[in-house]
Order: sequence, then structure tokens, then C-alpha cells
Amino acid sequence: MKNTLLILLAALTLTLTACGRDKTQPDTSAATDVGTSDGALTDRTGGSGAVTESALDAETRRRLSELVIYFDYDEADIKPEFNAMLQAHGRNLAANPNMQVRLEGHADERGSREYNIGLGERRAQAVRRVLQLQGAGAQQLTTVSYGEERPAASGSDEESWRLNRRVELVYR
Amino acid sequence: MVRMLRTNARAGWIASAAALCGLLASVAEAQGFNVVISEGSEAAVPVAIVPFGWQGSGPPAFDVAGVVSADLASTGRFAPVPTRDMVSRPTQAQQVNFQDWRLLKTTYLVIGTLAESTADNFAATFQLFDVVQGQSLTSFRLEAARGDLRRVAHRISDMVFEKLTGFPGVFSTQIAYVSEERRPDGTKQFRLIVSDADGENANKIAESSQPLLSPAWSPDARRIAYVSFEGGVSGVYVQTLRSGTRERVSSRAGVNSAPTFSPDGRSLALVLSRDTGNLDIHSLDLTSQVLRQLTTDAGVDTEPVWAPDGRSIYFTSDRAGGPQVYRVGTEAGQRATRITFQGPYNARPRVSPDGKQLAVVYGENNRYQIGIVTIDGGQLQVLTDGRLDESPSFAPNGAQIIYATQVGGRGVLASVSSDGRFKTQIASVAGNVREPVWGPFPRP
Repeated sequence: MKNTLLILLAALTLTLTACGRDKTQPDTSAATDVGTSDGALTDRTGGSGAVTESALDAETRRRLSELVIYFDYDEADIKPEFNAMLQAHGRNLAANPNMQVRLEGHADERGSREYNIGLGERRAQAVRRVLQLQGAGAQQLTTVSYGEERPAASGSDEESWRLNRRVELVYR
Repeated sequence: MVRMLRTNARAGWIASAAALCGLLASVAEAQGFNVVISEGSEAAVPVAIVPFGWQGSGPPAFDVAGVVSADLASTGRFAPVPTRDMVSRPTQAQQVNFQDWRLLKTTYLVIGTLAESTADNFAATFQLFDVVQGQSLTSFRLEAARGDLRRVAHRISDMVFEKLTGFPGVFSTQIAYVSEERRPDGTKQFRLIVSDADGENANKIAESSQPLLSPAWSPDARRIAYVSFEGGVSGVYVQTLRSGTRERVSSRAGVNSAPTFSPDGRSLALVLSRDTGNLDIHSLDLTSQVLRQLTTDAGVDTEPVWAPDGRSIYFTSDRAGGPQVYRVGTEAGQRATRITFQGPYNARPRVSPDGKQLAVVYGENNRYQIGIVTIDGGQLQVLTDGRLDESPSFAPNGAQIIYATQVGGRGVLASVSSDGRFKTQIASVAGNVREPVWGPFPRP
């Protein structure tokens, strides 16, 4: 019984690993294996480590599907909760040098409009720096700041403002 | 207390003008304004503008008195006497009985006549009286073609206002502003509008599905600079109003924003981030295309505006933490000095015509209001009481500041006297409007 379970687990592991590997090879979509860039790949074949690797792949895919970073009021500091997501995007870009991302910076509606253009640009630049530290090339990244001109939420309340202080990653 | 003062006058004017010559484009009606006096009416001076006499065929060609009343009311300084309360309706000096007007507690009286000289030539005469003193203060005669009768009414308002306040009237000037419309399919339409100072004669000068912002007048009132995000990137454009031709004057990498004309009209101050990603103030010679970088600080430097002498530029910078106003010389390599110190947030400076004061967006405790600060001395006075007030712009006479505020989640335009005593709201009939900028005095 215990053996059967182990074999099943091993088979499942191989299948998952193969799936992940397959996906990384031909296309340059967002679902890229971050393992290929840091040389850790050899340690992760077979055994229970592969289960972790597969889980990480799913986790990476989930992180790569997240495309918005939120900021505190009048701040361009990237909050720790977005580190993993930006790491995934940075490595994804490093692994796919032909990929281009446009970083669109935004601010909430409070205060003057042109100063908010400045805040949006500062936020976009902060994201650009993190992505470059993770290996993205300068030529892969462009920034634009819309300030408060293109809000994601139209209300004049704390929740709308929180959703509007953001940088959107737009792959193209 | 809120009082609607213009409705009757405006409706009457629209009817007569439309009937006579169909001058009103539909956009004018859609973007037209009603003036709502929200504050300051306690101190407003009662003035009677008697309906003008009419000498001509058919119905009166134009309601001159209606426009003059609306103009004076729009400043918040004057409270026109309702026509229905008038005991007598003199149109000539010898018909004036000052006692009638004293009983109505009227301080000043304006009478006049509009006469048709030929088919398309009219003469308007008016006389202004001090009711308390019982004497005439000024009188004038103006001639105009039918299409210019509105302009004639504004000129009369200008002269009356100047006689009574000492400030030249600004009723013959124009304003520019941005409107945003959300369409049924969820997309947005941004429009740059130029209208008369009272909101009438609105004309769309630019339109885009991408944001338009930061309109700025040239000193000769012939051109407007603005920012457009068409094509998904920011660019600074200069458009000539009469011809409609426009030129993209800056589309460098990164931010191209916040243009303002130099007092001689030859250069633009603007904000660029270029390769560094850091916003700095630049000046661009529009003829030679020579670009000069005026600030290099790592903070956000933006919202430049020229001092009237053209030798320095005021701007917003957050180099010391929160945004504050600084000044830098327009020769390259000068050090910026800080101007505002009161409060955590002073942004988007605009200089008074005499160069002595700045109107700013003042932020404190999550409220953003219009403040005015004396440049030498620094004392700041908060003039408005909204929550999201922004974009102050001085009228060319320095007596009034137009700004954007929000009412019921919608952007509206308002104005406040630069001493804070008189506030009026200019509530547009339709649309979500913002970023008003007051144009210069028209040049003869």
C-alpha cells in the first residue's frame, strides 16, 4: 500500500515536471520556468524536491498572472508583498529577452494633477529598477505615467484611492 | 444659502439669439454654465441692471441687461436686483427716480438702450449711476454688428466693474478647460474646450480617447499648449486657435508634461524625465528648439510657471519630502530657493499678474484646497473649503481665481476672489470638467 502510494506520487511528480518543462521550451508566454536562469535545475529532478519544484511552477505562474503593484499614499516604495511577484516577472523577462513590458504608473486623485504625473512616473521607475535587478534588460522596459487621469476605480474613498495608486505591467 | 441667479437671463438670451441668427452651436448649450452664488452674497453689493430700451423693428435684438447682470453676479461681488422687483424701468437719464431705487436698497443702477441703425449695425448706450449719491458715474456708446452684441454686453460689464471696483473687468476674456465624458460602452472621451469667461460660446479645440491635460494660454491668447496621451505616450502640443493647426513640440522618452508659455511667448517651460526617469524643469525655445535644463534635483520637479518678468520660474518639488513651491532663475545653472513653508502640501503654483502672490493647491488632513501665499513674507491664506480643489488660475485682473472642485462626484468649475471673500460656482449643465485656465486680456 505504502509502495503503491510512493509510485503514484513519483509518476505524478514526473508528469507535473514534464508539463512545466514543456511549457517553458517553445513559447515565450508569461509561464516561464524561473529555475532555468539560476542553475538550480539539476537539483530538482526526481524525489520529493520535484514536488516542490512543480509547486513553485504553479506559484510562479500565479505570480506572473499578477500584473498590478499597489503603493501607499505619496509613496513609490515597493511593499514587501510584491517582491516575489516582481522577482518572477524580472526573471521571466531575463529568460525571454525579446519580451517587452510597458510599466504604466498611476496615482490617486488627491492633490494636483501634474504632481500626480510625477508620482506615477516615480512608481513606474521603482518597478523598472526592481525588474532590472532581477535581470530584465533596460531595452525591454518602457514607462509611462498617467497620474490620476486613468483611475482603475472611480470612487472618492480610501478603497478607490488604494486601487488607483498602482503600476500596471503590460506585456506586449 | 444657494441662489440661482442666471437661469431666466440665460434662457431668454438663448431664445432670442437662436431665433435671430442660430449663432449658438449645440456644444455651447451642452457645455453652457449656470452661475450659482454659493457664498459671499451677504456682502454682495445690490445693483440694478434695468432691461435696455429697444429702438428697432421686431423684438429686441439682444438682452444686453441680462448678460451684464449675469456677468456682475458671476464675480460674487454684486447682487443684481430681479427685474420683477423693479418699480420703474428707466431707459434714459431723465426717467431715473433715485427714490425708487433707494427703496429697493439698490446701491448702483445701470440703464441703457439698444438701437438698430441699419440692418446689421447696432448702437448700445449705457449709463451707470450711484443711487446713494444720486449722480451719474459714467456713460458710454458702443457700436457693433449683430453677431457682436454679446461682446458689447461684456464690454459694458467690464466698464461697470472697473468703475465700481477699480479692477479691470475680465468679462471679455476666455477660459480653457478639460472635459471628460464616459460613453455608454465604457470608453472615455477627453475634450479640450475654449469658451467665454462665463462658459458661453464653448468650442471644442481637441478631442481624444486618451487623457488630455494641462492647457496653458500663450500671452497673446492665440495659442494653447497642452499635454496629450494619444498613441499611449505623453506629448506636449501647441495649437493655434484660429487656424486649428497644431504642432507636437516635445515627445521625448518618458514624461513630457506641464507646459506654460514664457511672458514673451517665445519659450515653453515644461517637464521632462528623458532617459533618467527623473522629472526636471526645462525651457524650450519654440523657434530655435534649444532645450535648457533648469533643475537637476532627484525629487519630482514639476508644474513650472513663469514670473511676469520672465526671469524666474516657480515650480513644485518634493525634494524636501512633501511637495512645496520653489523658484529658480531661467538662466541655466541657478540654485532653486524654497518659497512655501506653511503646511505639508503646497503644489501647482500660479503667479498673480503683479507677480507678488502665488495661488497653490494646499493640502492638509486629507483635504486639498486653494491657498494664496505672498511671495515675500510667505503667509498663506486658504481661500476655499472643498475636499478636492485643484488647478487654480488667476484672472488677468488678479481679482479672481478660477479653480476645479467636485460636487456630487462630478468635476465642476468655481471661482473665488483673491481675498477669499466672494465665491461662486460655475456648474456646467453636462459633463465632468476640470483644469480651468483663465486666458489673458484680449489684445486690441
